[in-house]
Order: sequence, then C-alpha cells, then structure tokens
Amino acid sequence: MGVRTLAQTAVGDTFGPVTLPVSRETLVAYANASGDQNPIHQDEDFARSVGLPDVIAHGMWTMGAAGSVVEEWAGDGGRVVEFGTRFTKPVVVPAGGGEVAVSGVVKALDEQTRRATVELTATSGGAKVLGRCLAVVQLD
Amino acid sequence: MAVNADFVGRTYPPSGPYAVDAAALTAFAEAVGSSDPVHRSAEAARAAGYRDVIAPPTFAVTLAQECDRQFIEDPEAGIDFSRVVHGEQRFIHHRPITAGDEVLGTLTVDTVRETGGHAMVTTRTELATTTGEAVCTSTSTIVVRGGE
Repeated sequence: MGVRTLAQTAVGDTFGPVTLPVSRETLVAYANASGDQNPIHQDEDFARSVGLPDVIAHGMWTMGAAGSVVEEWAGDGGRVVEFGTRFTKPVVVPAGGGEVAVSGVVKALDEQTRRATVELTATSGGAKVLGRCLAVVQLD
Repeated sequence: MAVNADFVGRTYPPSGPYAVDAAALTAFAEAVGSSDPVHRSAEAARAAGYRDVIAPPTFAVTLAQECDRQFIEDPEAGIDFSRVVHGEQRFIHHRPITAGDEVLGTLTVDTVRETGGHAMVTTRTELATTTGEAVCTSTSTIVVRGGE
C-alpha cells in the first residue's frame, strides 16, 4: 500500500465505515499493551458496582482503533502527525463482544504543507463515542 | 475534596528514560487493530523511510500516563483516581516514536477547572529523546467526577 498523495485527495472525500470488533480479550490485550489495568475494562462485576452498564472499552482503545483506520487511509502509520478527540460515550463490551464503526471525511487540505485534516466518526450501539475527533495526515 | 489548583503551571523534572522496544509497539498495534507493517517489521519500516519499527499514533499515551502519575498520585493534588474518566486527548507528533528510542517525559499541569461539581484537569507531556530530539506533545484532560 502506498502513501496517500495530495493529488489523490480532495476535501469531502470519505472512507469507511470500517467495523472493528471489540471483545473482552481485545480489552485484556489493550490493558497489557498500554499498562492501563483499570478493572472497569475487564471485570463485569466491578464495572456494575461503580454504576456502569457492563464492561466498557478504554477510551484510548477506541481512539487507537480510530487511529488504525486513519493510518490505513493514509497508507503509512507514521503519517498521522496530529490526532485529538473527546471521549463522549463509553463503548459497552458485553460478554459476547461489541463493535465500533469508524468513518472519516476530509475537512481541509493545506497544499503548502501537503497536510489533510480528517474528521473521524466512531459509533457503537448507535451512539457517537468520540467527539471532535480530528487527525492531521501528512500526504506525499 | 477539590483538585488542588496550586499545581497549575507546575512543570515536573523529566521522568524516564523509557526504553521503546519493537515488541511493545507491535503488541500495542495489535491491540488497537492496526495491520500496518511499519509497526511490525523493521524491514517494512525501513522501506517507508524509518530507522526501525514505529509506534501507532496513540502509543505515546502509555509514556504520558507514566509521567502523569507523579501528579495524579500525589495526595496533595487531591485527585480521587476512582472518580477519574478520560475527557479529551491530543497528540502532536514531531516525528514517530521509533523502536530504540530512549524517551524522557516532561509533565506540566496546564489547567484545573471546577465545573458543575466536577473538576477538569489538563496536563501536557513533552516527550523527547535523551539526546533532546522532540518526538511528541501529548495533552490530556481528565474529569474528576464530583461526589453525589
């Protein structure tokens, strides 16, 4: 896969939705890889005891998953030069697993720096889980 | 207990160094569902112009959260971690974090805002190599939920 070029890209271009499964095992793998072992992301009884509906995904897992979708669009994971989001709703992960759908739209292009600003939408169970999720991609 | 606003503007001495290894980058990439070979194969990473395997865009949070602990776990800060949720996160990458990097993180407490019974705390971590090369600015806002 090649790196996306400025010539290949226009304001209004869209990609996705890409549907990413998320299981309890996914969250254990993320906890181990990130060092965030908060039990609300692994232990159903604990999550319920603090008023959550069930186990929820780490916000940073969800942002990371959105990052995986935008880096695939960019053609190189090192091209995501800025990335920010608000965490608006949790991704609930029942015992049978859940999913997140991620899509993107190009909001702006800077021809001088060859950078695209992409707005990402991530939804789970019909709710938007990330807010103002913007990535800046360095194009070729 | 309110978050201690006296910490605003405080910059801590650098923490680390944190050694970044390829296996950790690959495990992180797998956990967030990335299939990009630049996080897995040194050969693929070199073909893309990098020195070695590079980090996915959100990996820097693992280093920034290590740095945050000096502040969040300080009893004087007044943060009840059991009431903390992540509100906002932003990364500005100066260059990709790369396997073999030795990274230092310098933490600054940017703002503490009390709003609607909650406290919003924004911290910024400047990540740079031990040789002084800037790699990433990570900005995080946590929400400390007020008691019922």
